[in-house]
Amino acid sequence: MITMRVLMFGWEFPPHISGGLGTACYGMTRGLAYRDVEVIFVVPKSYGDEDQSSVKLVGASQVPVKRRTYVFTPETRSGKELISRNHSLEMTYIEVGSNLLPYLSPEEFQRSTYQRSEINELTVNDIDLTGEDGASVLTEVVGTLDFTGKYGPDLMQEVSNYALIASEIAHEQSFDVIHAHDWLTYPAGIAAKRMSGKPLVVHVHATEFDRTGENYNTIVYDIEKSGMEAADLVITVSNLTRNIVISRYGIDPDKVFTVYNAVEPGLEKGDESIAKSVDEKVVTFLGRITYQKGPEYFMEAANKVLKYSNNVRFVMAGSGDLLRKMIRYAARLGITEKFHFTDFLKGPDVDYMFAISDVYVMPSVSEPFGISPLEAMRSNVPVIISKQSGVSEILKHAIKIDFWDVDAMADAIYGLITYESLPQMFMHYGRDEVNSLKWENAALQIKELYTNLLYPSPAPL
Amino acid sequence: MKNICLYFQVHQPFRLKRYRFFDVGKDHYYYDDYLNKHILKKIANRCYLPTNELLLSMLKEFDGQFKVAFSLTGIYLDQLELYAPDVIKSFKKLADTGHVEFLSETYSHSLAALGSPEEFVTQVELHKKKIETLFGVTPQVFRNTELVYSDTIGEQVSKMGYKAMLAEGAKHVLGWKSPNFLYYNVIDPRLKVLLRNYKLSDDIAFRFSNHSWSEWPLKSEKYLAWLKGTPPGEDFINLFMDYETFGEHQPVESGIHQFLEHLVRLVIKDPKTGFELPGKIADTHQSVGPLSVPYPSSWADEERDLSAWLGNEMQKEAFKKLYSLRQLVLQANDNDLSRDWAYLQASDHFYYMSTKFFADQSVHNYFNPYNSPYDAFINYMNILSDFIIRLEKKTKRIVYRGIPIEELSGDPLNAAILDYEGILKILREKKALVKKVPVSKLVTAPPKVPPKSTPAKKEKN
Repeated sequence: MITMRVLMFGWEFPPHISGGLGTACYGMTRGLAYRDVEVIFVVPKSYGDEDQSSVKLVGASQVPVKRRTYVFTPETRSGKELISRNHSLEMTYIEVGSNLLPYLSPEEFQRSTYQRSEINELTVNDIDLTGEDGASVLTEVVGTLDFTGKYGPDLMQEVSNYALIASEIAHEQSFDVIHAHDWLTYPAGIAAKRMSGKPLVVHVHATEFDRTGENYNTIVYDIEKSGMEAADLVITVSNLTRNIVISRYGIDPDKVFTVYNAVEPGLEKGDESIAKSVDEKVVTFLGRITYQKGPEYFMEAANKVLKYSNNVRFVMAGSGDLLRKMIRYAARLGITEKFHFTDFLKGPDVDYMFAISDVYVMPSVSEPFGISPLEAMRSNVPVIISKQSGVSEILKHAIKIDFWDVDAMADAIYGLITYESLPQMFMHYGRDEVNSLKWENAALQIKELYTNLLYPSPAPL
Repeated sequence: MKNICLYFQVHQPFRLKRYRFFDVGKDHYYYDDYLNKHILKKIANRCYLPTNELLLSMLKEFDGQFKVAFSLTGIYLDQLELYAPDVIKSFKKLADTGHVEFLSETYSHSLAALGSPEEFVTQVELHKKKIETLFGVTPQVFRNTELVYSDTIGEQVSKMGYKAMLAEGAKHVLGWKSPNFLYYNVIDPRLKVLLRNYKLSDDIAFRFSNHSWSEWPLKSEKYLAWLKGTPPGEDFINLFMDYETFGEHQPVESGIHQFLEHLVRLVIKDPKTGFELPGKIADTHQSVGPLSVPYPSSWADEERDLSAWLGNEMQKEAFKKLYSLRQLVLQANDNDLSRDWAYLQASDHFYYMSTKFFADQSVHNYFNPYNSPYDAFINYMNILSDFIIRLEKKTKRIVYRGIPIEELSGDPLNAAILDYEGILKILREKKALVKKVPVSKLVTAPPKVPPKSTPAKKEKN
């Protein structure tokens, strides 16, 4: 068997995660280990107590690098397939002293670094670390924000620092492929490629268009474009994203491939100790309250349903720049006694929210993948998802609507809370469907792409 | 002498329009006129008219030697009257040759045989009258919707006075036996059963234009050889298929009409082959033994069972609720309600809710107006909700979860009492609240529940 070593650049890794990307990287590296691919995972991490000089003076000996071996715990609850393997599920995990914060635009980054004296609560609200999908939320990063003012306030500077470190690491490690996740790590990937001459794979979890719509940051766009152009292979998380990569970044379709994300298997049964405190059906929106997530469509649909049904409550969980606007909107519609805001939810509260939900709605305007519906389905919650999400390309047992089609959304919500057999269907089939989306399979696809890159088969006759 | 028994099924449902829950109680028209008209006209031009013309010319040319059987559903004929009356005329011309047999079936292409034996009888009578009025013939042979057959359904059909019935020659029904013999119903031997030769029927109906089929292209000569190649002693071969095979399922361009014409000529020219009608076969052939079908079989999908219509929870709920309304419909005795009751029974509506659709997409997607089975279910249930409200208004009775309140007993009765007590409690609380609140406050905060929606709420809970 060919053993393969991959130098992988990420920006977060559990438990230090602030969004879906860290979870995805975890699942992916774990799946790759299962498929006998060795991974060297490089992750920047904010150390509050670091000397500024260590970032500025980057040299082989001065890079603050922490290396350890990460052993995947065999998950007994996740089913037989992982524990029956007798090889060790290991990977090398490298943390470098950098200051990258995911999910921040350069402007936000600058703001957050200047606001070091602000209280944490405000920082959370403003910077919004709810993450891409809003579900996996750990705010480890937040605590270090107070100190980040020590570093240069320029995110771009951090990105290029990371790239410099990357070339050092590329120099001292041996590997076959470089794999970089999202734009913050693309310069690192490019640098590593220049240093080593090894092929570069860039993995697009989201593009600048998904994050900001049409008012995109041209610097970020340029970094993304140069990363994709320098890459020998581009992996996208959905065909939706693949199309954006091809049409908006002008990348050769022949080197862009879709590998869908997966989920880690959940507990066999939902937590039955959690009981709902209200009699009504609970319909939930969970995610960052930003333009991209389409919260206003959810509220308009709620308004329609509330006109016809008393037996329902709506919850908008999360935080974001549109939160205040949404609260005002709810007040204007006069639905606040049935429409609730939770603000930002942390890990256990997220689980609780799923446990008491009868319907989960993801009305995203643009969602490269969207892992949270899968987490909802894992908790036996029926889901309504927008067709403008990558996950809608693979899910069968979900109600799919156009994000703007408020009537269809309202109708689906009403159907799920009214017609009894409908939620039963989702409990019956949805969970099985989610559990069949395994990282081992996604990892196998990635491994095959690596193999084709390293050992190209002769062109077909 | 080998006789070919050609039978064509003709049906188109009244497809339902997009019907949202907020239309319930307001909009009492359920059909997508544009779509239905469009589809019917399209098929009329590609299939019904040209194929009828072809058959007519051959019926005239081979006076008495060429024969063919049809069954046309009542709602198909209703649609023809609305959108394509010239097709009815052309069927009338076929009938006038005297060599076309018309079979009985349910008016609505319904599964009433499984939902309500009484409704089954009503539907069959209704259909028979329609055929008598339009074509001046009284059917002697019965075919059930989708060839659904079981011992008890056969028994019931015999009681209605039919001498023979068509069924699927499914493997799990026949075992080692051949479909090319006459059988009789195991409960009532007076009813003869003709079985579809699915291999030879599907060679035309499904495989004819399939380029990846090893026998493609299928020529009339080859097909005749297959017919003649059946074991000696097997005197007839039943070729049952959708009439839309000719020009629609198998496109005009595939040469399906030429194939049919040439085949008919070959069969008649060959002294060892000919045509026969189902009624005549039942009269002249000796049945070889009883056929035992304890569980209903059909001609659909690989399984040849009911799973395409009544396979999942949604289909079962919708079906159960629909047939629980029969007494109310009779009591209402209203033309519009009876029409909608008939049209809502079409098996197609349940077919669209099938989750097998995901695996068997090609066939199930055919003229399917819905994106997903969930979509189909929600739309149907919204319409059924409105239908129930109309029934309630007309009969001045209350329907609880599909069951008229007087007929409730056991657990459903207790559940209804609890529900209504809950509603009463809420109403009393609201009433008490109104007393306490000063008038000035009421003006700024009017009660939330719009009085209009009150009737709709009864069945929602």
